[in-house]
Amino acid sequence: MKYLDEFRDPVLAKNLFAEISASATQPWVLMEVCGGQTHSIIRNGIDKLLDDAIELVHGPGCPVCVTPLDTIDRALAIAAKDDVIFCSFGDMLRVPGSQNDLFQVKSQGGDVRIVYSPFDAFTIAKENPDREVVFFGIGFETTAPANAMSVYQAKKHGLTNFSMLVSHVLVPPAIEAIASSPVNRVQGFLAAGHVCSVMGYEAYYPIAEKFNIPIVVTGFEPIDVLDGIRLTVKQLEEGRGEVENAYPRAVTREGNPEAQKMIEDVFQVTDRNWRGIGMIPRSGWELSERYRDFDAAERFTVTDINTQESPLCRSGEVLQGLIKPNECEAFGKECTPRKPLGATMVSSEGACAAYYTYGRLIELEAATS
Amino acid sequence: MSDVTIDGWSCPLPLRDHPNVVMGHGGGGKLSAELVEHLFVPAFGASSPDASSDAAVVAGGDRIVVSTDTFVVRPRFFPGGNIGELAVNGTINDVAMRGARPLYLSVAFILEEGLPMSELGLIAESMGAAAEGAGVRIVTGDTKVVDRGHGDGVYINTTGIGVLDEGVDIGPDRVEAGDAVIVSGTIGDHGMAIMSVREGLEFEAAIESDTAPLHGLVAALLDAGVDVHALRDPTRGGLASSLNEIAVTAGVGVVVEELALPVERAVQSACEMLGLDPFYVANEGKLVAFVPADHAGVALGVMRSHPLGANAVIIGECVPNHPGMVVARTAIGSTRVVDTQIGEQLPRIC
Repeated sequence: MKYLDEFRDPVLAKNLFAEISASATQPWVLMEVCGGQTHSIIRNGIDKLLDDAIELVHGPGCPVCVTPLDTIDRALAIAAKDDVIFCSFGDMLRVPGSQNDLFQVKSQGGDVRIVYSPFDAFTIAKENPDREVVFFGIGFETTAPANAMSVYQAKKHGLTNFSMLVSHVLVPPAIEAIASSPVNRVQGFLAAGHVCSVMGYEAYYPIAEKFNIPIVVTGFEPIDVLDGIRLTVKQLEEGRGEVENAYPRAVTREGNPEAQKMIEDVFQVTDRNWRGIGMIPRSGWELSERYRDFDAAERFTVTDINTQESPLCRSGEVLQGLIKPNECEAFGKECTPRKPLGATMVSSEGACAAYYTYGRLIELEAATS
Repeated sequence: MSDVTIDGWSCPLPLRDHPNVVMGHGGGGKLSAELVEHLFVPAFGASSPDASSDAAVVAGGDRIVVSTDTFVVRPRFFPGGNIGELAVNGTINDVAMRGARPLYLSVAFILEEGLPMSELGLIAESMGAAAEGAGVRIVTGDTKVVDRGHGDGVYINTTGIGVLDEGVDIGPDRVEAGDAVIVSGTIGDHGMAIMSVREGLEFEAAIESDTAPLHGLVAALLDAGVDVHALRDPTRGGLASSLNEIAVTAGVGVVVEELALPVERAVQSACEMLGLDPFYVANEGKLVAFVPADHAGVALGVMRSHPLGANAVIIGECVPNHPGMVVARTAIGSTRVVDTQIGEQLPRIC
């Protein structure tokens, strides 16, 4: 398949891996920021391939993982309302709130629907004028243009029964927050390619300079990821901390100006709480004043939110690479993929879930060898 | 029931006085009888039951294989098939996976009040055609009607009865380390065909369900003398789930070469777009066979010369280490664990 097969080439992968192993004089700690990259790393076994040569920390770039608990609780409360059709991307449905998740709300009578695009929600709103249709607008800069466009269209069409629960997050402030932490272990970042395809990568220059840390714009196919790692390691070995683009087929320095214009119109920067990490100043988007009427958080009064994060869960430290998943006391005991306490155990490529699965394999292989 | 004579009241024409299913069609009275006599019996054709009795008397053998399955697929009509055809083939396949020759089916409908009679006719007709094509008779059935809003049009339960011939012993307990794992064709077709029409998703290339009865393919393997250890038709949860079931039950590890997995280009594209893994997507006309390594060549040849196994391929083997776990060798030469999904596979945001 064009644009896929050539970036999954086993020989090329082997050569890249050999180059990385040969050039790395120490097990550098790199963070891939985006959840899509984590998925590719786990799916293709890149982490196993690199094993001792490089330590990969799965960063906070999965919007499912970092959406704050109070927002999820608010979503659950809104979704449970009688007159509401609540639309969400599929993988948000299993994310645990304080008490339950969207699947449970659905089973209790909430009209929760999986959609593939905010425009599906927009269409549902048009088709159901007597119902309130709420879209769960989460994600990084990548999903923002389409989310912004759907709100823009709703306003243009005077669609008064459509609103969005917005919890957008931004990558550059998160990278800066991690790099500036006094306990930071991360020595190089693979920046999220698709975020950069929208926003460009201008914003990373001051961060790379300030912390003298490599930031390499990286794609998602295995060859893309390995190439991003190769360039990051090369910089580290040469003592450089610069911005590089390893994903030029999708990313330019300026990004996509049309998409940026749409975002600027509909959203404005705000402080944002990240699940497991805490508040990062100016790290999110909310609806701008012009579109405030479409803000589901304002449209629906939800008063009884009493967030309760599991006191056992240390997913925040896992997300920042401060501890390994199995160093959390609840790992594999109170917290398993079947009954996750934190978001990093929810999706199969969440750092904790991936660790849990491989841990079982290693144990079994040890027992039978 | 024999006093009902309404001309032209057979499928695919809608029942004359009732273009839609009404509650009375499940009431056990005249309407019920008319539905059976004028819709189901003609639609099922040669494979149709004797509608005059509550139960059927059938010829059997020493070892009878029974399996039941219920079909609730939405939409009812999808590219490559419909719920009726699926209900026949699906249960035939469950019986066939034990190596049995499927002979009889029971069919039970739960209909929602208001269902267009013409749709029911089309569904029943395709069931008749599927049963006839597979050489299976529908010997008994039942119909219930639920209030409008309390069902989803049509639910169908089918139970299949088959006969196990002398010497046939197929089951997961016979799987052992060293067995070859063969899949009979491309994976993920049915699931993606359903996805393509559900929720208004449209892909450029049409993806059709692979729904098909597999007992002929199984018979071909047995006739060729292949010592088949286990068979599975990877429906819900896809091939990954079937492999995990066998690995756990047999207490072996399964290693799969990811590059060997046959996936249609259109299915692969659709999966890439939605963030789904074809490994976990449902099939309705494929089987995975576990056979001794020294029978693998013959098995593959037999499957490839059968129309339903033309794209058969050896995808991996059973190993003594990591019992109960399925591991894939990835395209770039690494490994990953192929776990059973907790629930449904969910489209990913990132």
